[in-house]
Formats: sequence, C-alpha cells, structure tokens
Amino acid sequence: MAFFLETLLGGLMAGMLYSLVALGFVLIYKASGVFNFAQGAMVLFAALAMARFSEWIPLWTGIDNPVAANFLAFCVATCIMFVVAWLIERLALRYLVNQEGTTLLMATLGISYFLDGLGQTIFGSDIYKIDIGMPKEPVMAFEEMFEGGILINKEDLYAALIAAVLVTLLSLFFQKTATGRALRAVADDHQAAQSIGIPLNRIWVIVWCVAGVVALVAGMIWGSKLGVQFSLTTVALRALPVVILGGLTSVPGAIIGGLIIGVGEKLSEVFLGPYVGGGIEIWFAYVLALLFLLVRPQGLFGEKIIDRV
Amino acid sequence: MFYRENGQFKTSYRADQQIFPIAQDRWAVGLIIAAAFLVVPMVGTDYMFRAIFIPFLIMSLAALGVNILVGYCGQISLGSGAFMAVGAYAAFNFFVRLPELPLLLSLVLGGVCAAAFGILFGLPSLRVKGLYLAVATLAAQFFSDWMFLRIKWFTNDSPSGSVSVSDLKILNLSFDTPISKYLLCLSILVVLGVLAKNLVRGAIGREWMAIRDMDVAAAVIGIRPMYAKLTAFAVSSFVIGVAGALWGFVYLGAWEPAAFSVEMSFRLLFMVIIGGMGSIMGSFFGAAFIVLLPIALNQFLPLLGALVGVEISTSGISHAELIIFGALIVWFLIVEPHGLAKLWSIGKQKMRLWPFPH
Repeated sequence: MAFFLETLLGGLMAGMLYSLVALGFVLIYKASGVFNFAQGAMVLFAALAMARFSEWIPLWTGIDNPVAANFLAFCVATCIMFVVAWLIERLALRYLVNQEGTTLLMATLGISYFLDGLGQTIFGSDIYKIDIGMPKEPVMAFEEMFEGGILINKEDLYAALIAAVLVTLLSLFFQKTATGRALRAVADDHQAAQSIGIPLNRIWVIVWCVAGVVALVAGMIWGSKLGVQFSLTTVALRALPVVILGGLTSVPGAIIGGLIIGVGEKLSEVFLGPYVGGGIEIWFAYVLALLFLLVRPQGLFGEKIIDRV
Repeated sequence: MFYRENGQFKTSYRADQQIFPIAQDRWAVGLIIAAAFLVVPMVGTDYMFRAIFIPFLIMSLAALGVNILVGYCGQISLGSGAFMAVGAYAAFNFFVRLPELPLLLSLVLGGVCAAAFGILFGLPSLRVKGLYLAVATLAAQFFSDWMFLRIKWFTNDSPSGSVSVSDLKILNLSFDTPISKYLLCLSILVVLGVLAKNLVRGAIGREWMAIRDMDVAAAVIGIRPMYAKLTAFAVSSFVIGVAGALWGFVYLGAWEPAAFSVEMSFRLLFMVIIGGMGSIMGSFFGAAFIVLLPIALNQFLPLLGALVGVEISTSGISHAELIIFGALIVWFLIVEPHGLAKLWSIGKQKMRLWPFPH
C-alpha cells in the first residue's frame, strides 16, 4: 500500500511538470489556433539562456549572491523570450494567418529547428546545470500511517508547488485583467474580437510572450532536475499526450490531463513494465490518451467539435 | 508557346481517361524515366549514387506513401517513421528466417506487415480528427521505437535492436554495386509510382479526396468513411513500408530502431508539405528538397566560412544547418504554402501563355 501510494504521489508530481509544458501548447492553441510544436525548443532555449546567464552574470558584474544572480538571469531570460516571441510573430506567423492547421504546424516545426540551432550556437551545446536552490534530498512522510513511511522527493514537491502557483497566476491573469479578457475574446472568435477593436497581432505577441515565460519556468524546473541539454526538447513530446487528453483548448484540461498521464505512466511502468520488458512509459502515455480520445474525441475538457457540412 | 495542348482532340473515353492525356506530358515522363534508367547510370559517380540518388529515390517512395494518406485522404500522420520501421524489420525477418524466399517477396511482405500495422493504428482515425489524430499517430511511432528495442524476437535476438543484411540477390543477380542498387530502387519506385498514380485517379482515390475535403458530406453522399480511411492507411503504409525496407536493405545495410525515429516522421511530413499536398509529383519535389538541402548546406557552409575567414567547427556547422533548414522551411511555407507542385503548375501556366501575359 505504501509503495502504491509512493508511486501515485511520484506520478502526480511528474504529472504537474508535464502540465507545465502542456500549458504552453494550450495557451497558444487557444489564442491563435496554432499547434505549437516549437514549445519544446522554446523550453530548451529558455533553459539554456537561464543557465548560461546565471553563470555569466556573476562573472561580468561581480555579484556573488546566487539568489540575486539567479533572479537577474531569470529577468534576462524572460526578456530574451519576449524578444523571441515578438520575432516569431513578426517574421513568421503574421504571414501565415488563415493557413491550414497542417501548414501552421509545419511552420512551428521549422521554428523549432531554428531555435534548436540558434540556442546551441549562442549558448553552447554542452550539459549545463541550473541551480535555483531546490533541495535535492528526499523526505519521509506519513510515517505514523505506514511502516517506513512514504519517500517523497522534495525537489518534486517544490516543482509541483511552483507549477501550481504559476497556474493560479495565469488563471488570475486570464480572468481578472483587461488583457486576459481580450485574450479570451480572441480565443473564442478571431473575427468577432477583431470587429470590436481588439488588435489581433498584439494579442498574439502577448500570448507567445506568456508561452515563453511558461517555457522558461518549465525549462528551469526540468533543467534543474535533468540538467540543461538537447534532450530537454523531448519533454515536449512527453507532454503532447497530456495536451490531447485534456483537450487542446482547455487550461484546466492541461492540468488534469497532466496528472492522469503522470500517474498512468508511473503506475504502468512499475506494475506493468516488468512483464513486458520495461521502458513503456512513453508509448503508454500516448495509448492512454488515445483510449480517452476514443470516448471523447475532443479531449476531456476540449470544446465539443461540431461538424457542419 | 512551349507547352500547349490545343489540337489534341480526344475521340474516345479511353483516350480522355489516360494517365497523361496531354502528349507533351507523356513524352516528358517517358523521357525522364528513360534518362533515369539509361543516362544516369552512365554519368553518375559512386558517391552520387550513394549520397544523392539512392536516398532520393527511397525518400520519394516514402513521401509518395505519406502523400496518399496526408495529401489525398487528409489524415495527418506523424507515425510514418514507425511504418517504415515495421516494413524494414518485417522484411528483415522474412529475409533472415526464410532464406528460400526471394528478396522482392520479402520486401513486399514487409510492406504488407506495415499495411497491417497501419490499419491497426489507423483505427483511431474513425473517431479522432485533425490535430488530435496527428498526435495520436505518434503513439504508433513510440510504440514501434519501443517494440524493436525491447522485443528481441523481431530483431533476431541482436542486442540494442541493430540488424544488418547482406548478399542481396534476385535470380542470381547480385545487388552489391551502387548502380545495381540504384536500378533496383528505381524499378520499384516506377512500379509503385504508376500504381499510386492510378489509384488516386480511380474510384478509391476520389473517395479519399472526398473524405479529405469534407468527411461528413462524403459520408452523406454514400462514401463509407471507415473503408476509405482504412484503405488510405493500408495503401499508404504499404508504400511507406516498402520504402522503409529499401531504406534498411539498400541504403543503410545495417540499422537500428533509431534510424526510424520521430525525426524521420517529421522529415517525411516536411517532404509532403513542401512538395505539395495531394500531388504525386510534389512528393518527388519534396523528397529532392529535403534530401539535397542538408548535403548542399554541408558542402556550402565550410566554403562560406573559409570565404569570410571564419573557421566553423563541425558542431557549429550542424547547428548552422539546423538554423538554415528551419528558416528555409518557414520562409518556404510563407512564400508558397501549397508547395513546389503549385509553383510547377504556375510555371506551366506561364509557359502555356508565353509570350503573352494573359
């Protein structure tokens, strides 16, 4: 029982991290109908910027307080992601308005190649580490309930906490601010939003900026967990089943989808994996998402797809 | 002026329904095929066969398969790499386990296995559409990655799933020189190309296109969505599977599951989008673009670096390649979202009217 709970908790926390990446997909898809395959590349790019600037800033300015250096690096990386978002809108997406979904998807794949190459050219292609002071040692919990207690990774706990805070902030931003309302209007209907004077291009830049910040936070957490390296881009592929399971258009869907996938992955790997040779996490997540899709083709919380002739 | 079909009157339905109703087209295609069979083997060097022609032919075949599914039937698939892998490993198993089986039959049987796999992973398409389907087909990709790495039976108990074939023979004709391999790929490509061209202009092809354009409307007028979608998956993955088997047998010789990773699926989809969705000719253009671009960049970048006096490291070159590749793709999608095939038809229209503007 304790082992089962431990796996379950591990899955939930891993799921929280997936939802963080998934959030980036959902934000952009909602507002512009672009399925952003470059999200993985953005995570890598942001993490690389963060890792390198937290290394460079103490060298350049002589600040030797790690908290201040990290904070500055975070600000610089945020600015870089804003610039990237603005450039993507300005140079690519602006010209691709009203193209088919597939074309847009391919364009974001092109952007992701571009960002992969650019990030590694500017920031180098070794393995870097981000140290934002997350505790590494595991803690024991519920010792009075189970014999030996449950092992919880403190780092995961913090990561899940950060993710939860980010999600809360985002939903506040979407629900309470004027910009958030405009974003939701654009997501509902491009033309209607435009007709009442919401500037589409500016909204898209804002959405990509928000997605950039989400990518930065995701990159920071994943980077401090796994190290910042090229394989970070595969995180996006791990998050894709989360997106379709939760529904492409739903922020809560991304969170709950992430939790389902996280738990499903961990449980399958632990309880099913040994029988079939292990390593089934990745495809199991996709198959799980597929099973949900067979019942609800638009994902758990996606808008109902209505076919009209 | 250059290209004009007036004066070519059709007097029978047969004549009207030929593959190439225009005489110039017939001649051009005949000439290209003749040149590919006769002239290229005489002028090509070994390097050109190995690095350019053979990958181009096999990739064209694969792109043709993807185009049937994505371009004609409108089902976006990111699992093409998996279909190639299934084709390659199935053909490998037939080849190694049943040595008395002729090589061509192993290749075809590899394609048949890929078709079965394609139908299995095409089943969700009956319920799931569009981008959801694209992501769902990734399940096939990751499942095959895992399957050929972990289930040892498929790879003849070799560690890490790497396998190799040698001694390719058809009726005592041994395929060991680049030229003979090239001719083998070319023959298979021509046969399957004609087959695909005929399929897409026949009844089944029209059903696929109806499903692509508006599936609900197609169902209303009596096209069975299940039959149309699953046949598209089957035919497409058969062609992709044969291409995968050729890629393993002829181009690589020895391969491991990573040769057919998700990267391969992306590349194949690029070929179709850049070449032109729903165009047989587009598949060839797209394959040429994606196969030649990295080679050209690889040759060109160090030269450019030397010209401006910068020594570019090998990793620098590979990163620069990624940047240029990505930028070119985005640029291309902006300039001509309908692909090279569209450019070609615009060019044809211009040639038809030349020297007049309208």
